[in-house]
Amino acid sequence: MKSATSFAKPGLQDWILQRISAVVLAVYLFFLLGYLLKHHPLQYQAWHDLYTQEWVRILSLGALLSLMLHAWIGLWTISTDYIKARWLRCFFQMSVFIVLLNNLVWGIEILWGTI
Amino acid sequence: MYHTDYEGIFMKKPRPIHLNFLAMRFPLTAWVSISHRLSGFWIFMLIPSLLWILDQSLQSPVRFRFLKGFLEKPFCKIMVLSFLAALCYHTVAGFRHLFIDLGIGTTKTKSTGTAQLTLIVSVLLFLGLLYRFSQ
Repeated sequence: MKSATSFAKPGLQDWILQRISAVVLAVYLFFLLGYLLKHHPLQYQAWHDLYTQEWVRILSLGALLSLMLHAWIGLWTISTDYIKARWLRCFFQMSVFIVLLNNLVWGIEILWGTI
Repeated sequence: MYHTDYEGIFMKKPRPIHLNFLAMRFPLTAWVSISHRLSGFWIFMLIPSLLWILDQSLQSPVRFRFLKGFLEKPFCKIMVLSFLAALCYHTVAGFRHLFIDLGIGTTKTKSTGTAQLTLIVSVLLFLGLLYRFSQ
């Protein structure tokens, strides 16, 4: 079944993208957790130096993109399940899209704004 | 069961709808599933706050220290703990989803077993992280 607002057509691609983004996020969280456990208690300098490295920024960007994609598909599913009125559902999905886009841009600014 | 309106057209009575969830009992797998959805939604709601925390932590040593103190406040502690709990649960339940996708634990008994495991593992993970980071 095709839907105008799902991320990918057909819906099977959404299913795969949901899984892929989930795995990417899990890997990122795993390494982030590992770092935080190793450097506990966390000091500013070490934390700051971590996010000034280009490879960390790029991996974090990948995780951020995955998060936005994963969240979009998840919330698309939720809104399609519970909001039956098309106008309300579209409004909700539009709002979610705007919020996620803003989060993405802000995330990029944070990652590459660190001097 | 059937009635006619004034034009004589047969109209079926609409089927009854029972959505009183409070009156229903659900299997454990149902609770695990809805909690997965709810925890995911909660994490989504917290994304801006998480970005703010990251931003503050990277700006300067002053902001870093401020953030540390700020997060110690009771309300912030509750929010951070709720995020951690939601993240632990959502991740573990997410792995269960992936196992089911791979065909592992698809029978009724097995899926109930993995559901129980999900609860246990996520609670242990949460408590473990809590203990480790409060040292």
